[in-house]
Amino acid sequence: MLIDNEIQKLELRAQDIRATIIAMLVAAGSGHTAGPLGMADIFAAFYFHILNHDPKHPEWEERDRLILSNGHICPVHYAAMAHSGYFPIEECLTLRKFGSRLQGHPERLRLPGLETTSGPLGEGLSQAAGMAYAFRMDGKKQRVYCLMSDGEQQEGNIWEAAMFAGKHKLHNLTAIMDRNNIQIDGMTENVMPLEPLADKYRAFGWHVLEVNGHDMSAFIAAIDEAKAIYEKPTLLIAHTIPGKGVPEIEFDYHWHGKPPTAEEGKRFLKEIRTLKGKISHEYA
Amino acid sequence: MRNDAAKLSADVFAEAIGKAPTRDGFGKGAVEAGKADPRIVVLCADLAESTRAEWFQKEFPERFIELGVAEQNMATVASGMAAAGKIPFIASYAVFNPGRNYEQIRTTIALNHVPVKICGMHAGVSVGPDGATHQMLEDMGLMRMLPGMTVIAPGDAEEARKAVAAAAKTDGPIYLRFSRSATPVFTTSETPFEIGKALLLWKSAAPKVAILSTGSLSYAALQAARTLSEGGIESIVLHVPTVKPLDERAVLDVARQAGRVVTVEEHQGAGGFGSAIAEFLSGHHPVPVRILGVADVFGQSGDPDELLRHYGLDAFHIEKAARALAHI
Repeated sequence: MLIDNEIQKLELRAQDIRATIIAMLVAAGSGHTAGPLGMADIFAAFYFHILNHDPKHPEWEERDRLILSNGHICPVHYAAMAHSGYFPIEECLTLRKFGSRLQGHPERLRLPGLETTSGPLGEGLSQAAGMAYAFRMDGKKQRVYCLMSDGEQQEGNIWEAAMFAGKHKLHNLTAIMDRNNIQIDGMTENVMPLEPLADKYRAFGWHVLEVNGHDMSAFIAAIDEAKAIYEKPTLLIAHTIPGKGVPEIEFDYHWHGKPPTAEEGKRFLKEIRTLKGKISHEYA
Repeated sequence: MRNDAAKLSADVFAEAIGKAPTRDGFGKGAVEAGKADPRIVVLCADLAESTRAEWFQKEFPERFIELGVAEQNMATVASGMAAAGKIPFIASYAVFNPGRNYEQIRTTIALNHVPVKICGMHAGVSVGPDGATHQMLEDMGLMRMLPGMTVIAPGDAEEARKAVAAAAKTDGPIYLRFSRSATPVFTTSETPFEIGKALLLWKSAAPKVAILSTGSLSYAALQAARTLSEGGIESIVLHVPTVKPLDERAVLDVARQAGRVVTVEEHQGAGGFGSAIAEFLSGHHPVPVRILGVADVFGQSGDPDELLRHYGLDAFHIEKAARALAHI
């Protein structure tokens, strides 16, 4: 159990990550807003607490592996990597620009610290399962985490992966589903209903937990529980608020796939600051 | 005349020449590679027997992974395993692998540049009775368009074995293409094989035409050259198992010598081996090129030999095309 002080520090990290996301998207002029903001708490938890990693040595073999399946939320991934020391925070402003290592969708070959290349949906869980399977073959202890969206559960490849991980009881694999209920064309349950997601994964042989994706200590406790499960892979269904941290866009699916304008960006940064009384000075 | 340096089978023109499907070469090569390197794993999608992945499974059960009928998962799991230090061979019919899972291969294997070896079985019309749905004719095109992808179509089972063993030792993503039906084994264990190198099968001092061929049809090309020679037309046959990267020097050399080129492949005429040759020669040594492939139609059920004849891909049609070009 983390003491309150540590939880608060992680929450502040998440706010820094959010501020960086807004600055990145304004500078880029394109990209996704709602998903990255909604996942800032979870990325802060991973990069500043959960992952066994070394930002200065991204190739370190014993590191845990974090696979981002829904590559379009990469601004939050890049921001978390930068804040934890993989590369300078200023580089975040090159997002989506010509020559940048921060491609519009993540490319492993361009940026050390990325575990794969992603964007086309439904492919991350299989890759994570492949890694987990290989590590177990070799008796290696590192864990594999796969972050995925709810919308991409509509891809058939996801369920092929779910079957595979269930068959092989990949206990070193933990998937985290960003259950924010939105996708490009609207609410997931209108576009193509996904529920009952927990029952579906249980039927595929997974241990399933539901957690508030903005409750830092509950999320970390759920990850700890996943580590303790030895018979099955674990799925955390993390309920998140798309656009979290900027009240005027929270829950609005129109913000799935567009960036804020410069004016909106300024306003959003203020909202983030209002929430926690803190803002990254660089982009104010 | 036959190129002695190719160390072809002594029986190469005999009725009794040994036959085996190139997929057998996959099975043998995979076992060989598995013995040489513990990182080799073989993944299969419910076709262990017919892909010959089963031969590896018997030898290394702990390194064989059965995915069920899920080729998209096979490609992406393999990508993950490669990222974790393995060298995966993924085997299924070419229509599914790389047909069904093309985008997974593009994103998670090619763009991600991990050492997954994609093995497409039952390529071409010579699959026979299964018909058009299972006769993959577009795979070399799909694969050779991917940056960084090596594409190999072995000429016989012996060369297939060598190609698999060589692929296991070569970094990066590689596509290997195999066929179902037994074809003449015209090379021997002595025949040189190297990824990226073409093999001269038939040479002549004053060739009128060069026949460039890939896959098991190179044997038919060789037969055609012999018949042409008997009829007074000298030719060259260059077997090009590595479609990408091309052995540019060898291709340029035969094009310069003969001034006319016929290409042969069991694939759509568009986008495959002949296209690769034409693309290269158009920029370096433009000469007339006649591409023999399937002409923008799908296959159908039948015996392998009658299908190859029907689509104009047997020795008779190769000879006819070469003769016509030689007389321009």
